[in-house]
Amino acid sequence: MTQDSSPIQQDGTRPSRAKTALQTVKSVLPKALVGPSEHRNPGTALKPEWFDTIQVNLSAIERRAATMGTRRSVKKNYQAAWLVKAITCIDLTTLAGDDTPGRVHRLAMKARRPLRDDLVEALGLGDAPPKVGAVCVYPTMVAPAVKALRGSGIPVASVATGFPAGLTPLPQRLAEIRYAVEEGAGEIDIVITRAHVLLGEWQALYDEVAAMREACGPAHLKAILGTGDLKTLRNVYKASMVAMQAGADFIKTSTGKEDVNATMPVSLTMIRALRDYGDLTGERVGFKPAGGLKTAKDALNWLTLMKEELGHPWLQPDLFRIGASSMLADIERQLEHHVTGQYASAAHHAMA
Amino acid sequence: MPQIKEILETMDYGPAPEAADHVREWLKAHAAGFGHFIDGRFTTPVADQTFEVRDPARDETIATVSQGSSQDVDAAVEAARAALAGWSATPGHIRARHLYALARHIQKRERFLSVLESIDNGKPIRESRDIDIPLVARHFYHHAGWAELIASEFPDHAPVGVCGQIIPWNFPLLMLAWKIAPALAAGNTVVLKPAEFTPLTALAFAEVCREAGLPRGVVNIVTGDGATGAALVKHPGIDKVAFTGSTDVGRLIREQTAGSGKKLSLELGGKSPFIVFEDADLDGAVEGVVDAIWFNQGQVCCAGSRLLVQEGVAARFHAKLKRRMATLRVGDPLDKSVDVGAIVAPVQLQRIRELVAKGEQEGATLFQADTALPQNGCFFPPTLFTDVAPASTIAEVEIFGPVAVSMTFRTPDEAVALANNTRYGLAASIWSENINLALDTAAKVKAGVVWVNSTNMFDAAAGFGGYKESGFGREGGREGLAEYLVPAWLKSLPKAEDVPALTLSALPAETDAGGAATLTIDRTAKLYIGGKQTRPDSGYSTTVRDAAGAPLGQVGLGNRKDIRNAVEAAAKAGAWGAATAHNRAQVLYYVAENLHARAPEFAQRLLATGASPERAEREVAAAVERTFFYAAWADKYDGQVHATRSRHVTLAMHEPWGVMGLVCPDEAPLLGFVSLLMPAIAMGNRAVIVPSVVQPLLATEFYQVLDTSDVPAGVVNIVTGEREPLARTLAEHHDVAALWYVGSRQGCAAVEKASAANLKGTWVSDGRVRDWFSAEQGQGREYLRHATQVKNIWVPYGE
Repeated sequence: MTQDSSPIQQDGTRPSRAKTALQTVKSVLPKALVGPSEHRNPGTALKPEWFDTIQVNLSAIERRAATMGTRRSVKKNYQAAWLVKAITCIDLTTLAGDDTPGRVHRLAMKARRPLRDDLVEALGLGDAPPKVGAVCVYPTMVAPAVKALRGSGIPVASVATGFPAGLTPLPQRLAEIRYAVEEGAGEIDIVITRAHVLLGEWQALYDEVAAMREACGPAHLKAILGTGDLKTLRNVYKASMVAMQAGADFIKTSTGKEDVNATMPVSLTMIRALRDYGDLTGERVGFKPAGGLKTAKDALNWLTLMKEELGHPWLQPDLFRIGASSMLADIERQLEHHVTGQYASAAHHAMA
Repeated sequence: MPQIKEILETMDYGPAPEAADHVREWLKAHAAGFGHFIDGRFTTPVADQTFEVRDPARDETIATVSQGSSQDVDAAVEAARAALAGWSATPGHIRARHLYALARHIQKRERFLSVLESIDNGKPIRESRDIDIPLVARHFYHHAGWAELIASEFPDHAPVGVCGQIIPWNFPLLMLAWKIAPALAAGNTVVLKPAEFTPLTALAFAEVCREAGLPRGVVNIVTGDGATGAALVKHPGIDKVAFTGSTDVGRLIREQTAGSGKKLSLELGGKSPFIVFEDADLDGAVEGVVDAIWFNQGQVCCAGSRLLVQEGVAARFHAKLKRRMATLRVGDPLDKSVDVGAIVAPVQLQRIRELVAKGEQEGATLFQADTALPQNGCFFPPTLFTDVAPASTIAEVEIFGPVAVSMTFRTPDEAVALANNTRYGLAASIWSENINLALDTAAKVKAGVVWVNSTNMFDAAAGFGGYKESGFGREGGREGLAEYLVPAWLKSLPKAEDVPALTLSALPAETDAGGAATLTIDRTAKLYIGGKQTRPDSGYSTTVRDAAGAPLGQVGLGNRKDIRNAVEAAAKAGAWGAATAHNRAQVLYYVAENLHARAPEFAQRLLATGASPERAEREVAAAVERTFFYAAWADKYDGQVHATRSRHVTLAMHEPWGVMGLVCPDEAPLLGFVSLLMPAIAMGNRAVIVPSVVQPLLATEFYQVLDTSDVPAGVVNIVTGEREPLARTLAEHHDVAALWYVGSRQGCAAVEKASAANLKGTWVSDGRVRDWFSAEQGQGREYLRHATQVKNIWVPYGE
């Protein structure tokens, strides 16, 4: 995803201080990361009537979710293509306490060259080898990531706002966003204050995300809802809708640190919110499941989910990302099997 | 195949064919044609007595099977009869082992059976693989359990005998399982005729029976068309007919089996409502519609084909639904990414096309997404009609195709009224997040299966079957098993002597009352309708005589208009069914109390009929006790919560039929009357009762007891007169939901035949005499079972 050098579209409902804050942020952006103009979700005023009466029936959504992977099947070249597509949508992630610049460098190198050259050639992609969607790190790891990815066109995504709990004071959280952007992050994965959802404080949630969006400036904002903490699917839907109204470019399921992360029912709920938001505003917002997606089969299931529920535009990295660290390794092995007909060893693929 | 680079642009699914090699090989091995499976062996097909089976998706012949003749049916019934003694005497545990082996073998052949089913029927492999075949195995496992438990759970019951079973083409193997598993568990033997379009999985099942070591003759499969089915239905060696199919054929079978003494269960058509309230999870409900009407190409008897959407959300709901329709994939049933496969046969496709054309002619708005259809084969796109009204043909008739019709409603009451505005009553689907509204609607909808926030869910542990013209009897669960059992005593009841129906004269009695000096005040026994004593519409009365022929008094000669009035009064007394069971019990106790208070009077009446003093006293005492018995039962004939899926409450509720007709025996004029009336009203039914023709004065005396016992008007309506014409009017009446008839064999036959009009549930004495004084024969659960129908309400839960 490239950076936005044009002024953010305003619908007049966003706080006017947005502009000045934005300009401040933009002035310090490294030139290299400023890309062509690109339309972003401008958000709306807080409109509780869009979600107040929402109903999400768990059993019904579970039934739909359960057949998502059984109603569709992709085989042979199609499966290979879908797995390559999944690679391009991966936010290759490391979010651990022991992350170091060296570790991040290794990850970035894998992001640049996620597939062995012989496989790329065999797949007929030699002239356009796949790259991952982004590399996702902690704010202090943004600089080494940017350095390692320079010239690759792969954006660096940074978590921010007191990730994963998000309970540090708001000024610090906003400052953290600005820091990450200044370091060169093109995408900011913020976490929302789950308490606002659990207590039904929609205005507070809206204001918080809107302020974070301002702080992001041209960097795209991915709102992590922490769905494992929100528990009910109604909460998930409402939080999704408020985040989009506040101008999120992406809504993202989880931090990967909750007990339950990206499940199919949660994803389906967020996607329905996303679709309803699109119907009401005409805007396209991206979706990112994160945490718990580990296998090539998971990748195919989620791509199917996107295709079935939202359609072709959401099969591209500008509207779909998968937050994952180990999934890539499984995809590589499946692709090798596709090419050679033989089951692969992980040791034959470069580790991330 | 396109290159990966191209696919990265289109992101198409591409073909995902299920391999069919093993099935093709099997079909090739049977290229010479399939015989019937009789007495554990396949017969040799005879030239010119075969027909072709076609793959509707590829429009090609895949097999040749035998057209069952009446000789074939004879041979199969004979084999089943010969096997019956051994199989029914086989210990439950051993029968359980056999059913368990069948379940295991089906699982071992699951992919073969799935592929064969999809080729034969045209249903998507996803469905045969994930729904049909797993449910088949589940049904045999569940009933292996029943075989084990039947002796202890159904004491004093016996298998019905040889069962003739006829199944439809929409779920060929699953319907076979629903028929065969309970029959075998209960100790019956079977002759099954699969549908003409789809006989192959039944023949594969026959091979499974052989492989699994099922004793010869226990299961016999005869293939053929309607003529074969008719031969089976009419066969005198059949004790029970179980049929799943169209309402028209069901009606014919009801007529053909009338008076035969054959037990009958019918699972027929439907036009099931799918109700979406404004507080529903609309996206969830959209998926519900997909599972309701675009499952199995809409060829589902319980398909939620009639959408009822609350007007305020209708536009939004329809928009969501249309968008979803665009992602349904129609095509090769063997492609794993196909949602909607082939229609079973060209003739069915033609019927769908005609009805859709009719819908357009009548002004409904048609929507079909831009769905690609295969060039060849029987395919029809998912279709939605909006702007449909109850008066539209397509809202009334069962289309049996992937066609949903949608109407709107304003209030919950109107939703229920629209839902029940149909001759069918198979299933209903109710979408609301308000548990009060959902359960209230579930209770009010007249349907045998109700799914709350879900649809088309099936499980062997739950009963399935319809109200109204969707048939009677249940399949699955405890209630389904009961269809394959009879009380042991019933089989040994003596046959009644055939006596000509009594013709009642309206002429004055020729006896001379002698100008008695102290003339008692004349008593006039009237009819009792809507809580009032009413004169007969005919204006005629007839003289009641004692055993010696001396006049005892007069009763009105009721006619069809009196029956009409009585049914109307009964229909209005619906509050009785809604009252608490405790309340009904109180009323029954009060009846018993008042009957007891007037015991000498009733005994006197009985004496006058020629009963001995001892017998008269005994009959009154028994009538009081029987009333107590059903007062006791009123709040204890509980339903069940079936163990189906996890996080589901599947409620099997016992509901009253509504208006019941009761035609009483001539013998035991008081006790017979009470024995029929009390279970019926205890369960919440309202009764139109025709008392003993010979001694009706006991019944007319009884209404004074009713009047003093807080029995609400219309709950009990008594029409005296000639039995057969009154019974016939009741049997034909479309607002009478069930009819009990005790009387001659001819009378039973006439009533069963006439009941085909609205396919009411009938329970007749088959011209056998039971002992009304016996606690085993004259009362009990069997009466309560026949006084109720089971509604299964599926309530998934979870937050």
